[in-house]
Amino acid sequence: MVSKVKKSEYKVIGTRPIRHDGYDKVTGRAQYGADIKLPGMIYGAVLRSPHAHAKIKNIDTSKAENMNGVFAVMTAKDLPRLTDKQRGNSEESGSEKHLSENVMALDKVLYKGHVVAAVSANDVNTAREAIKKIIVDYEVLKPVINVDQAMDKDAPILHEDFIGDHLGKKVKNTNIATYNRYKIGNVDDAFKKCDLVVEKEVELQTVHQGYIEPHSGTAIWDEDDRVKVWTSTQGSFTNRDSVSKVLSLDVSRVKVTPMEIGGGFGGKIPVYLEPIAAVLSKKSRRPVQLVMSRTDVFDASGPAPGGKVIVKIGVDKNGKMLAGYADIRLEAGGYPEAFIEAAAKCVFSCYNIPSMDIEAYDVLVNKPSSAPYRAPGSPQVAFATETVVDEICKKLDMDLIDFRLLNVAEKGTRTALGPKYRKIGLKEVLEAAKKSDHWNSKLEKKSGNGKVRGRGIASGYWFNIGEKSAVNLSLNMDGTVILTEGSTDIGGSRASIAMQAAEVLGINAESVRPSVVDTDSIGHTDVTGGSRTTYATGYAAYKAAHMLIDEITSKAAKIWDISEDDIKYKDGIISSRTDSELNMTLREFADQNPFGPVVSSASVDLEEAAGGFGTHIVDLEIDPETGKTDVIRYTVLQDVGKAIHPSYVEGQLQGGATQGIGWALNEEYFMSDDGKMLNSSYLDYRMPIALDLPMIETVLIEVPSEDHPFGVRGVGETPICPPVPAISNAVNDAIGTRILSTPIKASKILNTLKSM
Amino acid sequence: MSDNNVRKVAINTTINGQEMDILVDPYVSLLETLREVVGMTGTKEGCNDGNCGACTINIDGRIVDSCLVLGVEAEGKNIETVEGMATPDGLHPLQQAFLEEAALQCGICTPGFLVSAKALLDNEPKPSEERIRHWLAGNLCRCTGYDKIVKAVKKASD
Repeated sequence: MVSKVKKSEYKVIGTRPIRHDGYDKVTGRAQYGADIKLPGMIYGAVLRSPHAHAKIKNIDTSKAENMNGVFAVMTAKDLPRLTDKQRGNSEESGSEKHLSENVMALDKVLYKGHVVAAVSANDVNTAREAIKKIIVDYEVLKPVINVDQAMDKDAPILHEDFIGDHLGKKVKNTNIATYNRYKIGNVDDAFKKCDLVVEKEVELQTVHQGYIEPHSGTAIWDEDDRVKVWTSTQGSFTNRDSVSKVLSLDVSRVKVTPMEIGGGFGGKIPVYLEPIAAVLSKKSRRPVQLVMSRTDVFDASGPAPGGKVIVKIGVDKNGKMLAGYADIRLEAGGYPEAFIEAAAKCVFSCYNIPSMDIEAYDVLVNKPSSAPYRAPGSPQVAFATETVVDEICKKLDMDLIDFRLLNVAEKGTRTALGPKYRKIGLKEVLEAAKKSDHWNSKLEKKSGNGKVRGRGIASGYWFNIGEKSAVNLSLNMDGTVILTEGSTDIGGSRASIAMQAAEVLGINAESVRPSVVDTDSIGHTDVTGGSRTTYATGYAAYKAAHMLIDEITSKAAKIWDISEDDIKYKDGIISSRTDSELNMTLREFADQNPFGPVVSSASVDLEEAAGGFGTHIVDLEIDPETGKTDVIRYTVLQDVGKAIHPSYVEGQLQGGATQGIGWALNEEYFMSDDGKMLNSSYLDYRMPIALDLPMIETVLIEVPSEDHPFGVRGVGETPICPPVPAISNAVNDAIGTRILSTPIKASKILNTLKSM
Repeated sequence: MSDNNVRKVAINTTINGQEMDILVDPYVSLLETLREVVGMTGTKEGCNDGNCGACTINIDGRIVDSCLVLGVEAEGKNIETVEGMATPDGLHPLQQAFLEEAALQCGICTPGFLVSAKALLDNEPKPSEERIRHWLAGNLCRCTGYDKIVKAVKKASD
């Protein structure tokens, strides 16, 4: 194991250099998914199902095929048929068959927007005209659009051939893909010992990640059956593996070049258009590009599961938690995977509860197949748990932070899924919240203009996955360093990874030039997701930098003809420990080194690390005339382990909180009874705009992780967990009643006020 | 060579100070014209229905969503896009401030924000936070929570 850099000696870490890729991004030069233009490239369009649930009886493509300007038409019959074999790849899992059928439906459509056919043509408008000429004969079926409908004993079944897993038992003809139960201790006995038990049920509507860049896919299938893909993805290797599975090609025949990514938040882990572009390319013998419209993005990608969560917590008369029970039902969409295990892991994650019983259901509904969305499963369960905690404090007349500190999870606390926490920093976060300016400021309950105000607080958690990353370093003749890596840079990770290498090498962040390269050019690197990138790829950079120093040491020893043990490397200076005459800068070494290129290559495959906890405080103001809610002050406190580039850490906290604010107050899939999203535009799916928000205050608490040499913790996902309950608690504080379904929109508040 | 018989239209326009003649289909947007005909992909498509602002450009001093304007409407106009902001002397102060303040994460919305913010500073050199938020209300950002964007615009105006 390589030695640790002492914290007091950090020169690069904790500073705020300009990100390496920033210049391209402020000049319009950066190329995102739809910006790639290849010689001879033609364009594709897909035909999507207008029905949420239907059998495909026949597809007639003849009229489209005969249209002027059309190169090729494809249906799912052009894809190899895959089996139920399970795949597992960090945040992307499920069966190969489902992977393929989500790309293009074979005999059944499971949500409105499900792709049934595709066309390539010499321009995009011709392709769009051509798909209108494809005739699909559907047998329309009744859809199920929420967990209650789907779990009803008479519910229409989405997958007749699918076998569900209910506590290890194989079950046919069910919309419950998985039913799991997690138990610690004897919860029934524990509840009997409680002096107070509070139970709440919350309901959540489906929401979307809302990334501004729509999905795209550009591909060439050449005569050697090699497929080259250019796409905007959170994981080029995961994308490559999915494309190669769907096309039944050897992995080495597929090369994915990651373009810059215009947001993802988990939603750019699945593949949608890339395999279609590849097949159309094969049939057209041209490069083909497909891009989704915004409506397609809402209808057929993303969303985060809606559902229902019940949480019950029992405490003794002093407020000590003794027992917790949860019932979690989340919508997977058309194919399994609603992240119920993550939800179960997170539901009681902030507290030390000796006895727990968690039931969790992964429920198939006729909505797009859900994708991870920033801490998948955790915001949903945090809503329920933090509501119960707020209510217990009210009932016991206990301080909201003191109660949390009394029950706080810390190192050694047993988690719901079994393992005990390593060093975590929620206690430090809560103590900082207690001392914060926001918490100690007085909030006037009534504003002068007839509006009412409330304050809410809530905590949240997301873990920090490890997985595989690779980094290559190469020393240039002038002492600067080229760093190549495979992690999609979704918000400044080139900088945070390069800074870790620079710290080890003792050179400026600017002297390390990072590039995100294609899948032929670097070792396997898992997705940018699970709050892993700065942690795991940064760890690989740390390792590679130490290996580069070993290379430098070995070659410097040869140059001076002394023992390697006599070489000292510090701050970019190579010297002899014993002969003060012998010293040279990295640049001088690189310039005169006659012993071949100085390179290093490191990889890691890390265990999950102790994650990050956050607590948010919100003040809001409600207009009783209209029900409109304005957030007037917002503070995010989070244990970030060690902030490599504090500006981008703050940015994660602010952005996550803002997505949570949108989830709490405005965002929802507004569905018709026949399963169609009625608000599939940014006008009607109302995400927060600049005018909606105050400055988002951030407090970075640094309790170093024991699992990373610099103490890094993943920071990206935790901040979306507390906002929904914090805002719901604040609404209760303002109007004296709880609204326990998202979104807590103006009409709901108005109706609630009227009924009081 | 599509099925319709609509002929392309010759347009004379000025983009970032450069006068040019282009041929455009009369039914395509100015956004598509910039990206596909002129080959300038700095202006982004996020929604194609005037709600995200990623395609914001400046036409004769007014900011517009280029997805809501036809390409043929560029005739005789003076158009500015993100590609025209930097000069051989360096970045525009707004671009520099966005970098220094970390006002971008994924960066897809950044071109639209920069064009909107430039129009603001051209009109109101010393805007308040509220005026900045007002002027940027037509640009969606899903990554930053706007905090650092507002700070960057403020910094560029100081």
